[in-house]
Amino acid sequence: MSVIADHGGRHFALIGTPNSGKTALFNALTGSRQKVANYPGVTVERKAGLFRTPSGHSVNLIDLPGTYSLRARSPDEQVTRDVVLGRLASETRPDLLLCVADATNLRLALRLLIELKRVGRPLLLVLNMIDIARRRGIEIDLERLAAELGVPVITAAAVRRGGTDDLMRRLDTLAADKHAGAATEWKAPTTSELRAAQREADRIIKAAVRMPAKPDTLTARLDAVLLHPVAGLVILLAILFVMFQAVFTWAQPLMELISGGFDALGTAVHDALPAGLLQSFLQDGVINGVGSVIVFLPQILILFLFILLLEDFGYMARAAFLMDRIMGGAGLHGRAFIPLLSSFACAIPGIMATRVIDNPRDRLTTIMVAPLMTCSARIPVYTLIIAAFIPNKQLWGLISLQGLVMFGLYAAGIVSALGVSFLAKFFFWRDDPTPPFMLELPDYKLPRPRSIVMGLYMRAKMFLQRAGTTIFSMMVLIWFLASFPRPPAGATGPAIDYSLAAIIGKALEPVLAPVGFNWQINVALIPGMAAREVAVAALGTVYSIEGGKEAAEQIGHALASKWSLATALSVLVWYIFAPQCASTLAVIKRETGSWRWMAITFGYMLALAYLASLITYNVAVALGAG
Amino acid sequence: MEAENSPEYSCLGHAPRGFRGRIHAIAVGRGVSDLPDGELERRLIELGFTEGARIEILHEGIFGRDPIAVRVNDATVALRRREAMAIFVI
Repeated sequence: MSVIADHGGRHFALIGTPNSGKTALFNALTGSRQKVANYPGVTVERKAGLFRTPSGHSVNLIDLPGTYSLRARSPDEQVTRDVVLGRLASETRPDLLLCVADATNLRLALRLLIELKRVGRPLLLVLNMIDIARRRGIEIDLERLAAELGVPVITAAAVRRGGTDDLMRRLDTLAADKHAGAATEWKAPTTSELRAAQREADRIIKAAVRMPAKPDTLTARLDAVLLHPVAGLVILLAILFVMFQAVFTWAQPLMELISGGFDALGTAVHDALPAGLLQSFLQDGVINGVGSVIVFLPQILILFLFILLLEDFGYMARAAFLMDRIMGGAGLHGRAFIPLLSSFACAIPGIMATRVIDNPRDRLTTIMVAPLMTCSARIPVYTLIIAAFIPNKQLWGLISLQGLVMFGLYAAGIVSALGVSFLAKFFFWRDDPTPPFMLELPDYKLPRPRSIVMGLYMRAKMFLQRAGTTIFSMMVLIWFLASFPRPPAGATGPAIDYSLAAIIGKALEPVLAPVGFNWQINVALIPGMAAREVAVAALGTVYSIEGGKEAAEQIGHALASKWSLATALSVLVWYIFAPQCASTLAVIKRETGSWRWMAITFGYMLALAYLASLITYNVAVALGAG
Repeated sequence: MEAENSPEYSCLGHAPRGFRGRIHAIAVGRGVSDLPDGELERRLIELGFTEGARIEILHEGIFGRDPIAVRVNDATVALRRREAMAIFVI
């Protein structure tokens, strides 16, 4: 609560249906002065921001989770309802509700607004995306609309420069008004009340909105291809394939630049300091460790660039539509596609995104399999091993073999996720009913650079904070484990052979030897529990301390000379399945509210990892790759 | 379920791609939904499926022609044919 503390300012809340452009409006009003946290006790994301109106009133703005109604069918929608009704103890009841509506698609938003009117709080209807509505020739009689609704109406174009000026001026006046609305008793609307509200909304639309004679057909024409039963699926697969090729190849120059920079820094520190513990700590522990994680920032940003572009374009809902039957066959909801796709970046936001699935059973299945999707933390491990062991060849002159192996690893994650959810459906929910799949398909919109940049900035910040805190402390820990106790006087082997790390790694040897892991890998697996990518840095630390400067420059070379191909493949396969991420497990515990589901997830993933690595290693050895 | 027996009304769940019409009634028959009583109807209304709304089936999935993308007045909604059985069209 530090930045967005209550300064005695006004409290406004944004509420609206999904796809109303609510978040774009939130970004436009608050800029980068926003803070993302959780509502206490639940895992619903709380987005709050602070802004000042032109005449200096300070306003605390919260962006409530999107909803079609206050009936609250999911934890997200419950938060929205409770904040609006002032039932949430931790949250100041909003002084003003800004109901955000997509000006091109008013029907459902106006029904929500009519429902909100009954709450008795001051309301303002914001017709967002008014620029698009005007361009399409949709005529909205604002005065008539406001009069019919009995609610003031203002227009906005959140993604345009100056598009929120009118709104800001209006908020300025409203912020000065300290009049509090009357509190009313609220009851969930009945079926007939919902129907009556929709009828009323339709009547008002008829009176105040004129649709163009020639409707916009862009979305329909695009959907004819993108939602085509065959072409649509082919395009979806092609998009995913391009995404992974891009992550692998586009990021290369930037990554080389970053790793070159850290190497230079390490060398500078090495030269500036006398040989000894401090030199080793700074170069091997700090610079090498943090550098080998930050180097993957370009890949993470490219992946998120794709996800954000697809989301803003409106393709994500289409992907859910195309995947529904395929996912449904595996016992997953079409909506699970979005959380699972987000899990490609990181299982943690993915698991948290399962909140959009209102059925508990679907949600649990999705949470359980989300960690199997190849998250970006695995990319460092995969790329390191692939670069070291898979020849950099082109197949048929255009597909990189390394990229193909990467694609295979992703595919293995997806297939196993579908398999596990199918089994979960069979074992846990054989007799349970199938929940509905219902979802609005928004019109396509050109993604706006500003919102993409904002999204990327938030991701980069999150990743770097993680690299700077968790990973850095893990690096210091592993450097300590690898450096102490110091070798005895007159020791002949490398220093690390006498360290705590070696003791732990060797203790695990009998268990992990059958899957082809040496003790250096075992050492790296332990800090890898904090975050998978730490394993790379850990291997670097282990081998650079052992092998000196040459090995530190190229962890990959070190691995290529010290591991057999069978071991490398076994590690790759291990990383497809292993529950190597303490934060993910913690989030599962938090989201499901039970240790049981966390333990089940941990157990099944560990079992899969061990089994798959065992098979891979032994088959590879049998084929002569040992 | 009067609508079910009346020959001029049909289920949206059975309608082919390209079907155009208007919603005559929402009536959740037995086996259409596993949700609590009335819940499917409320959710359908919240997505704009109300009596009189213009309907067109725009797209369908590759397996079992499911799910379907339905134009409801000026918005598009995706749903499975199973739930669409509760929507009677004319």
